[in-house]
Amino acid sequence: MDKLIISPAPHVHSGDSVSKNMRGVLIALIPAYLVGLYFFGLGALIVSLVSVLSCVLFEYLIQRYILKGEKTINDGSAVLTGLLLAFNLPSNIPVWMVIIGAMVAIGIAKMSFGGLGNNPLNPALVGRVFLLISFPVAMTSWPSPIPLNPNYLDAVTSATPLALMKFGHLPNIMDLFIGNTGGSLGEVSAIALLIGFVYLLLKRIITWHIPISILLTVFVFTGILHFASPETYFATPVYHLLSGGLLLGAIFMATDYATSPMTTRGMLVYGVGIGIITVVIRVFGAYPEGVSFAILIMNAFTPLINTYIKPKRFGEARK
Amino acid sequence: MRTFKIGGVHPKEYKFSAGIGTKISLLPKQAIIPLGHYLGAPSKAVVTKGDLVKVGQLLGQASGFVSANVHSSVSGKVAKIDDAIDASGYKRPAIFIDVEGDEWMESIDRSSTIKRECTMTPEEIIKKISDAGIVGLGGATFPTHVKLSPPPGKKAEVLIINAIECEPYLTCDHQLMLEKGEEILVGVSILMKAINVNRAIIGIENNKKDAIAHLERLAKTFTGIEVMALKVQYPQGGEKQLIDATIGRQVPSGAIPIEVGAVVQNVATTFAVYEAVQKNKPLFERIITITGKSMAQQGNFWVRIGTALATVVEQAGGMPEDTGKIVAGGPMMGRSLSSLDVSVAKGTAGVLFIPTIESARKKMKNCLRCAKCVSVCPMGLEPYLLMGQSENAMWTEMERNRIMDCIECGCCAFTCPSNRPLLDHVRYGKTTVGGIIRSRR
Repeated sequence: MDKLIISPAPHVHSGDSVSKNMRGVLIALIPAYLVGLYFFGLGALIVSLVSVLSCVLFEYLIQRYILKGEKTINDGSAVLTGLLLAFNLPSNIPVWMVIIGAMVAIGIAKMSFGGLGNNPLNPALVGRVFLLISFPVAMTSWPSPIPLNPNYLDAVTSATPLALMKFGHLPNIMDLFIGNTGGSLGEVSAIALLIGFVYLLLKRIITWHIPISILLTVFVFTGILHFASPETYFATPVYHLLSGGLLLGAIFMATDYATSPMTTRGMLVYGVGIGIITVVIRVFGAYPEGVSFAILIMNAFTPLINTYIKPKRFGEARK
Repeated sequence: MRTFKIGGVHPKEYKFSAGIGTKISLLPKQAIIPLGHYLGAPSKAVVTKGDLVKVGQLLGQASGFVSANVHSSVSGKVAKIDDAIDASGYKRPAIFIDVEGDEWMESIDRSSTIKRECTMTPEEIIKKISDAGIVGLGGATFPTHVKLSPPPGKKAEVLIINAIECEPYLTCDHQLMLEKGEEILVGVSILMKAINVNRAIIGIENNKKDAIAHLERLAKTFTGIEVMALKVQYPQGGEKQLIDATIGRQVPSGAIPIEVGAVVQNVATTFAVYEAVQKNKPLFERIITITGKSMAQQGNFWVRIGTALATVVEQAGGMPEDTGKIVAGGPMMGRSLSSLDVSVAKGTAGVLFIPTIESARKKMKNCLRCAKCVSVCPMGLEPYLLMGQSENAMWTEMERNRIMDCIECGCCAFTCPSNRPLLDHVRYGKTTVGGIIRSRR
């Protein structure tokens, strides 16, 4: 014993850490990633590697040469942003576009606000939406799912289920469930994403509030539309739940710590908001998919939600 | 199984000293007996330098309403009256007594026979408790007689005994229940009589199954006493959390338990009440737990108030080599000490030795806004927000965000993945806001 440490209580810590949480989310993404690699082959591998490496590199360079702060790439958040960005991209997108997306995600959406925890908008989604607006063709021609596809840029493309739905064709629901469908490389398999969701819940990395409120809102809203006028709104709520980026968005993107509300009641408001905006864009808007926009819009509302929606205080309950 | 409804955490329990029978600690050569308690005004010394005192003799007379008598825990000669730091970490007036022999006041019944009958009136019981200098032994050391005298117009409906011991490591209350079960139950019935209720609940966390079984068996021979096993969840020993867990009522912000008809007493306090009322013995000794991951001999010791911690620790094999932090009390709410040369106070429940590798806090990182501090806060506060507002001196906003409700349990800082010192800042803010509120009156 050389010296005694004096500090105020508590003198123990749960052992939870930033990197533990980031690692947990990465583990939860593995099933969806494996499905992506299987159906989109080489393209998925290249896009995801480039995205992760460039996100880590941009964070390292910015932290070292511009912010001149401590190294932060070890916490795993840049890896996670990179992987989530890749999950939101078609697997046949050129490498240079991926790098631009990574630069926008890390450089503009994350580091310019002070790094992890300070960003108002989800970095991966800012990167994705930037690419979607800048390169609409490349961002919306998805390759067809071909097991272990060895082609990258010249992969055969096909429309996504959501685009098909706009024109009245309904895809096979089982294909949507396992991921045998066109789409961004990490969003196609409902079952793989749901496995990740269960893992996140078991590890207490996220709570159920945000994903369930989003999914329930979409289910109810599209259900009402379908029930009121099956001729106009022929897609059943189940199709809406399983197709597009909804599950990926609800489970992994909307639950991003920094950009989602701090109280459970606030999370419910936020989730319902995302659900409504998603359906409005999908059903009435020009884009076939609206999850990314819906999440970014509700991200912007998060500070307001935190200001006005307070936790249930002790003593507030009926005695 | 019941527990409180909002927040909470479950730290690893590390109850190494559970089930280890109590040993009686050796007497110190010099006892340093604090005249004050953590809460309230210090008592006024009624002895002077050179006086000879006996065990149980009054040393300090309570001064003011929230104040308690102090008795000698040893016999000997008063060496001096001076300031000293006690195990709660505060410097306060204390009486230094050079110990000679162990001569008790004749009025104290030292027999071990258990006396169940109590014929005193409620007023007499409360007077006796007040005379005996009994304070809450859970740590806050609030004078017990004050808690037993509800403000006019308020009526107690139920007595709740706090036998939760939710702090990791500590086992003093657990051991007391195993060894002094019947005395505790007599104490409970005396307290029920004092506040005129016919129902009492002893709340025990389910990690003390032997104590639950023991007290349940004994409770059958008493009327109106229920032993309630509760799910293990920190900070269930918090008064408001315990009331919520046992009777499902939440004490409103700023109010005291009597508002919902409850009076809460710690289990060790209840034993002290038994001894005071039935055995005429003032409060001058208690059980403390000596523990730590590297301790060779964990133990629970009967210690006279005023004994230096070093004296007790020696009997448990001394301080471990790798100690990096000494904590008086449990790891969640205890105070770290600069040395073992401080004396045991009435509120000292134990000494915990934390190895060097676990002593220092980890480096603080950016707030992730993961909301874990909000979800574990048992009072429904927003620690991340309060910390930021405390750093920025936003006192008005902090008051509006209910900073004064904070019970300083430490769940927020315990949980934070970024190792942020949430409670440090909240505590600072709470002190400042509390001062502002008082200055308005």
